[in-house]
Amino acid sequence: MDLHLAAAPPTGAERAAVDAVLASVGESSAGNTLPATGGASGDASAARASVGGTRARHRVRHLLLPALHGVQDALGWISPAALNYISERLGVPPAEAYGVATFYSLLSTTEQPPRVAHVCDDIACRGAGALQLCGQLEQRLGPAHHGGGPAKAAHYDAPGHGTGAGGAGADRQAAGAAVAGAERTTWVTSPCLGLCEAAPAVLLQLAGDPGATLAPATADAVCTALHRPAARPAAGPASAATPPALHSVPQAADPASAARLTLLRRVGRADPESLSDYRRHGGCAALRRAVALGPDGVLRELRDSRLQGRGGAAFPTAAKWEAVAGAAARPHYVVCNADESEPGTFKDRVVMEQDPFAVIEALAIGGFTTGAATGYLYIRGEYPLATRRLQHAIGQARDWGLLGRDVMGLGFDFDVELRRGAGAYICGEETALFNSLEGFRGEPRSKPPYPTEAGLFGKPTAVNNVETLINLLPIVLGGGRAYAAAGTDQSTGPKLFCLSGAVARPGVYEVTFGTTLRELLALAGGTTGGEPRAILLGGAAGSFVGPEHFDLPLTFEDTRAAGTALGSGVVMPFASGTDFVDVTRRIAQFFRDESCGQCVPCRVGTVRQEEALQRLATGSAGAERGLLADLAQVMGDASICGLGHTAASALQSALRLGLLDRNGEGQ
Amino acid sequence: MNETQRSVALTVDGRTVQVAEGATILDACRQLEIDTPTMCFADNLTPVNACRVCVVELEGSRTLVPACARAAAEGMQVRTDSERVRHSRRLVLELLASSVDLSCAGEALQRWQADYGAEPERFGPSAPAAAPGERERQHAGHHAMPDGSTAATVGQPAKVEDDLYVRDYKRCILCYKCVEACGEDAQNTFAIAVAGRGFDARIATEYEQPLPDSACVYCGNCIGVCPTGALMFKSEYDHRAAGTWDEERQSVTRTVCSYCGVGCNLELHVQDEEIVKVTSPEDHSVTHGHLCIKGRFGFQFVQNRPDKP
Repeated sequence: MDLHLAAAPPTGAERAAVDAVLASVGESSAGNTLPATGGASGDASAARASVGGTRARHRVRHLLLPALHGVQDALGWISPAALNYISERLGVPPAEAYGVATFYSLLSTTEQPPRVAHVCDDIACRGAGALQLCGQLEQRLGPAHHGGGPAKAAHYDAPGHGTGAGGAGADRQAAGAAVAGAERTTWVTSPCLGLCEAAPAVLLQLAGDPGATLAPATADAVCTALHRPAARPAAGPASAATPPALHSVPQAADPASAARLTLLRRVGRADPESLSDYRRHGGCAALRRAVALGPDGVLRELRDSRLQGRGGAAFPTAAKWEAVAGAAARPHYVVCNADESEPGTFKDRVVMEQDPFAVIEALAIGGFTTGAATGYLYIRGEYPLATRRLQHAIGQARDWGLLGRDVMGLGFDFDVELRRGAGAYICGEETALFNSLEGFRGEPRSKPPYPTEAGLFGKPTAVNNVETLINLLPIVLGGGRAYAAAGTDQSTGPKLFCLSGAVARPGVYEVTFGTTLRELLALAGGTTGGEPRAILLGGAAGSFVGPEHFDLPLTFEDTRAAGTALGSGVVMPFASGTDFVDVTRRIAQFFRDESCGQCVPCRVGTVRQEEALQRLATGSAGAERGLLADLAQVMGDASICGLGHTAASALQSALRLGLLDRNGEGQ
Repeated sequence: MNETQRSVALTVDGRTVQVAEGATILDACRQLEIDTPTMCFADNLTPVNACRVCVVELEGSRTLVPACARAAAEGMQVRTDSERVRHSRRLVLELLASSVDLSCAGEALQRWQADYGAEPERFGPSAPAAAPGERERQHAGHHAMPDGSTAATVGQPAKVEDDLYVRDYKRCILCYKCVEACGEDAQNTFAIAVAGRGFDARIATEYEQPLPDSACVYCGNCIGVCPTGALMFKSEYDHRAAGTWDEERQSVTRTVCSYCGVGCNLELHVQDEEIVKVTSPEDHSVTHGHLCIKGRFGFQFVQNRPDKP
């Protein structure tokens, strides 16, 4: 294959942004060196450049997303010339690079204002004034940059402010004109930003500046941050943590409850930017113990612990690790799935922000046990602080010999590469995550083969959620049997829950499995607005439960028996008086926006579901329930991945509970 | 066939069938002459199992599985006629027909629509087609909220950019076949890829470059694999627009391409003594259905006759 490249040269800034990324990421990628470039870009003779062979191209393809990030971060959008330059450097066909760039919501292939506020209007923030915030921003900054059609804008209820005619396309055109008028700021709506304990949340994407978040956000704070002159980051990776640790983990603020914490025991105590402080608080002991046990010993403890995955699927971790450890194909990989994007979920963010070394140590134990010398940590693009903390932690860990050759003198090699997602919920699906990491569109693969057999780069891969991984530390340190003594027979150990919505003290809570929903709510200071009408378990992909289940013990088996699931640990109560039509409509919109588009049941099914729900809400038709049930069945039965399988779950549970009935209140 | 090649036995709809190891459930269905709908599958391309119209029920599997891609295994119990299977196939056909113009998608599709009782109109009247460039401007993760009065479609104007072929994406079911044929499965040109996300995903060149400015080499292999007429010879497109396209009046002549010594077989589709389309047999050992620009489009000289200036 020869590449067909455009003659337009990149600007100096674009070239520098790409070169910087490829120099920094490329160097640390074991064995994945860049091919020679096919001549200076802009030279007509390079218009059809043959760059390496298929294998050479595939070796560096994984640098595509970092390179796209580099340009987006520096310039605020990816121009045709910049994309062309990336294609040339990596030997990726421009059409494919464009296909990847247009897959992610945080990347823009059209020119847009360089300072963008992504304002969360998802279910948790909606209950905390997000729509009012959107209305205020609409008045001060003009209509949302894209995605805001007439029907949606009407929700903001901003008096005296017309909403432009036409759909998203028209909005983008209007905004495009604003760019020519030197408009430097804009705002867009966003799905859940994982800051639900401090709603409403805003992510600031600022070209040339590090990303930042505001939570809780006000219109004043957003406008100030957007209009502040471009500033260099403060010294060191430390930036004001919004929200502070003890707000995110209320249990840590109280010495009595803090003493009972296992997974969150260092939060608010150890400095998340100091490896020596981490060690003072018990860090690195588990890795030493793991090496003393040997891989088989770790696997034995893991089996005894009966640890199940915390990302939502509850797969036995021991089975996964044993399969990878015993796989004949080499190399093996371990991957930390930190693409936490399930609406209402923020536990992994808090862990990464407050105890980043624990994640790295656990991943190293994974590498040691499964025979992987390289670990990838894939973090969602909306987590700037967690990303900086992890970057900093990886740097320190390398300096101190916790990562790299001969880890801590224990006789094995292991290093971690941090990769950022770019705004795509689907990339939390493990095989979509692999595709994204490898530089392809984040579309899920067909299973089998399973990741333990053919995962990242087609090799045996153990992929685990952040929370799952940090459970390795107490398991290795205290032994699997002691770990399994907590909780129930089928759900062992501690579990993190993300409480937000109508609760007095939202935050991440650590309890042992078996704690009831009511006890958990009491821990968070009880609900606000009286007895909740319903509680959403497991996020947008989960389901609502009614008062008959408020004494449900929170375990995998009990929730399953009750026809629901723990999922990612979301517990979001909604007070009576909640507009559930609005809540479920936002969930339907979420799945319509986040479907990757690969398979028909999900690609078209999520569209038809949203349309039918609109008709149901306006009461203009009677056949909608049957239609919605039909859609739920085909998406659940015939979609490729879990996104489609669960896209109707919350809506169907709301229908079952009568939450969408006109006189649903008080039923 | 290699004598040592092993076979596996599985049960489909209660009937036991032996297939070679590595064969798919679809192969087993075909061996039993069970009519299995497929849209994104082609014998000369890697299965992407995206359309999901071939799903079957596999004992032990929580969800349905795609027959086209799932390898047959010893002892599998497969059902192709259960209520669950019929439901999913019907819904997939309805979802496609309610969002895509399938009027050029062939007789087999019409048969399946009838067999499965598809009623695409139950999702409401079709929304108006998009203006030129409107779908291309959609940003991932954002869409205008619908009011539910109409069913969204991929309706949009056709892209007519040259004299050879037309891209009429209102007919596109996003089966990935053209991308595969342009890429690693045949041509290795990579002129097109899937861009965008979700319902707004589409087949595109980089930054929507017109085809003549793209990496396209006009092999036309994408046309050869397109199941719905979204990619079409300009000659066919013009005939259809004029109402003169009539397959009843066409003859198909198999011949060997005269341009080089490879020996590609061509099928010349002739209507009223005019070549209107060129294909190659999918099972031909040289081409596997694929051609180059000369074989596909270089036929005008045949018609350089004194009586037809």
